[in-house]
Amino acid sequence: MNEDTKEILKKFFDWVVGNGPRPENEVVSPEPPPDLPFTQRPRDRYSRFREATLRERYNQWLELHGFHIFSILYSALSVLMCVVIVSLLLATVAELPPTLSTSQRPSPAHNEVIRRYVEHAPRETGAQNIVAGLLHRYRGFETFGESAVMFTSAVSVLMMLGASRRNKFNRELSPKDAASGRNFLQRGPPDEPILREAAPILIPVILMAGCAVIINGHISPGGGFAGGAILGMALILAANAYGFGRVHEFFDERAFVISTSTALIVYTLSCGYDFFTGANQLQTFIPNGTIGNILSGGLILPANICLGFMTAGTLYAFYVLFSEGDM
Amino acid sequence: MMNSFAFNIPFVSIFLLMLAAIVTPLLPKRNRLPEKLSCCVVGLVAILSAWLLYSLTSYGQSLTFNYSMGHYPAPWGSELRAGPLEAVLALFFCVAMLLSLTGNFSSTAEDIAPDRRQIFCSLVNLLMASLLALTYTNDLFTAYIFVEINTIAACAIVAAKDDPEATRSTMRYMVISVTGSALIIFAICLLYELTGYLSMQHMNGAIRALVSAKSYLLPLSVALALMTVGLAIKSALYPFALWLPDVYVNLTNASGAILSGLVIKGHIFLLIKIFYRVFGLDLIHMLHMDTAIFILGLLSMIVGSVHALREMNIKRMVAWSSVAQVGYIFLGIGLNTSAGIAAACLHIIVHASVKTMLSTAAGGLSNAAGHKKGLHALMGTFYINRWAGLGLIAGAFSMMGIPAFAGFASKLSLTMASFDHSFIVWSLAGLAVSSVMNALYYVPAVIVVLTHNKEAREDFTASAPPTLYKVSMFVFLALNFYLGLFCVPLLRLITRGVNAL
Repeated sequence: MNEDTKEILKKFFDWVVGNGPRPENEVVSPEPPPDLPFTQRPRDRYSRFREATLRERYNQWLELHGFHIFSILYSALSVLMCVVIVSLLLATVAELPPTLSTSQRPSPAHNEVIRRYVEHAPRETGAQNIVAGLLHRYRGFETFGESAVMFTSAVSVLMMLGASRRNKFNRELSPKDAASGRNFLQRGPPDEPILREAAPILIPVILMAGCAVIINGHISPGGGFAGGAILGMALILAANAYGFGRVHEFFDERAFVISTSTALIVYTLSCGYDFFTGANQLQTFIPNGTIGNILSGGLILPANICLGFMTAGTLYAFYVLFSEGDM
Repeated sequence: MMNSFAFNIPFVSIFLLMLAAIVTPLLPKRNRLPEKLSCCVVGLVAILSAWLLYSLTSYGQSLTFNYSMGHYPAPWGSELRAGPLEAVLALFFCVAMLLSLTGNFSSTAEDIAPDRRQIFCSLVNLLMASLLALTYTNDLFTAYIFVEINTIAACAIVAAKDDPEATRSTMRYMVISVTGSALIIFAICLLYELTGYLSMQHMNGAIRALVSAKSYLLPLSVALALMTVGLAIKSALYPFALWLPDVYVNLTNASGAILSGLVIKGHIFLLIKIFYRVFGLDLIHMLHMDTAIFILGLLSMIVGSVHALREMNIKRMVAWSSVAQVGYIFLGIGLNTSAGIAAACLHIIVHASVKTMLSTAAGGLSNAAGHKKGLHALMGTFYINRWAGLGLIAGAFSMMGIPAFAGFASKLSLTMASFDHSFIVWSLAGLAVSSVMNALYYVPAVIVVLTHNKEAREDFTASAPPTLYKVSMFVFLALNFYLGLFCVPLLRLITRGVNAL
């Protein structure tokens, strides 16, 4: 290695560890006495300008520009990633089989599964509404799971938001309530004359419509989830027209828990009966009835009623918990 | 033919847990009745699963059966499926859940308000039901529904502690986890569009036909990739695992044990089932998904350990160590042989029982130190809560892979599985490096816990641990030694189960 290379290497090393350039007239400190303890010896024989090390300079630079560069990189990478994923998904969609089956390009999804559902569902399940038969009989386990999803989310929200029930009437008031000094239950109905006049006409109609959708769930479009959502809307309308306190008189948290759990227990037991007899190939004692009658479709009608109760309660609970933070 | 009641056990287990979850909010709160009900039901389901395992394996040849949920057979209705592997996983999941509930029985009472505890128990039952459903399912859509229940219940369990930090980390967990769910449902939609079935074995037949006709390969591989990434997000594989440590540090001890020990395992087993039963190992190899999984597993093993090395907080350390251990499982899956998958399943069991023990022990130690979680604050806590100290030491030795401890068994079987594979060098090097790094962060923790600390003794307020804690820790330790010393019959059983998948 020649002298030049050595000099360059030394300069580079100095630059990294932060030794400044040598002063013009370098002062070499006198040789320290050899009996001095190691810790007291001068650290460097040359007096040098101290500079920031590479790492310190990097950190300073990072503090100045780091966030800016990070955000640029981050957005660039996000855009790149989105473009890649979107184009991949578009290419996938372009290659998918057609939804409508033709003789040149048959759709794999049109197979014996769909055929049996469409052709034999009313006869096999007793429900004129094929979708209801599909949901409750062919795919009963998934519907049962879906109702459990609803129950899980309802109790989760109840746990996270409605936990302040021990001191319900003396809890800290929200800013909205602080002006009147009353919480959402003591607050009277909102000053909405149109709503208050319309509610007594609308609520019975909505309740009737909800019940009809639930009870005819196995005959015409509808069912427990849809009808329950309509019933829940009636409760929400009542709460907005007459105040939460009025609804709270008959539908408080305890009533919600009891109605939801009881409905779900009945539904679970009926599902369990269906699954157990089906898997063990036992005869069920529940007749399918005449297609098109109210009392037909076996266990679909009671299941729809239970799901309706549960959905109505859950929707109202979500509304009141998310808007007022308590129930 | 097997006993006719044993045939009903998969359905009865899920059904009992669901019913218990629904009844729990109606129970009176006094005497901690809801928690006792949860423990009883999970214990009962564990006994039932043991019975199922016994009746499936006591005929010389291992047996599998399909159980149709309703009056209509598979492609029309949905089905459960049980074999030795499903039964053994269900048994260990139940045991680990039961022990993490009983072990943390008193700390749950300290951390969660009584009003919330009732719903917490209901959610634990739902979570357990969804884990069993993910284990037994034979239908992709059923799997998705229970993935959903699992996600919501896990988020709520994380948020059970009434604390702003916990709520913040729950939000983060929820967003990431829901992204995973979205990817999974998208993959299921694609697969349904391509095959027209939801039942796993029918879908497999249709996919085989598509592959032999060389049609629709791009949508198939996109569906596979989406499914894998979705499930990897939920099972905390490395590049998608950044949520785990943040969530874990704010948890109550019971939720921590359940989250890192059990919740992520259900999704990993679902992924194994989808690889094996829906796509088939040949197609996975053809689409190079096994290599991708192998690389991610290797990365997870190393990077998880590096992060754990840098942590001074014992809970974060345990969480990063979970990420590393999930990497071992994915390494086994990435080998893409039945031996590799059997080793991965053994590691699922080992990690489920060891990680729940470690979480319970770490919780016990930090409670003994007055709810401090920094490593330095734990100095000398062994002498206050000896059972927790023993649990931490056994868990740490197990994670390092010391012979006679549980982790040794699964590491040994992973090593054996990688011998006849082309990735052998990478796999062995990864196992070696990761094991050494495990030792690098677990040994200091053990030393700190064992060091006498006279000054701090007065600050420690906790009294001796309750009897239930000691009993649970004893069972944990016994399970650990059982898995470490007598794993050969278990591994043989799992291999039979994997071959019967």
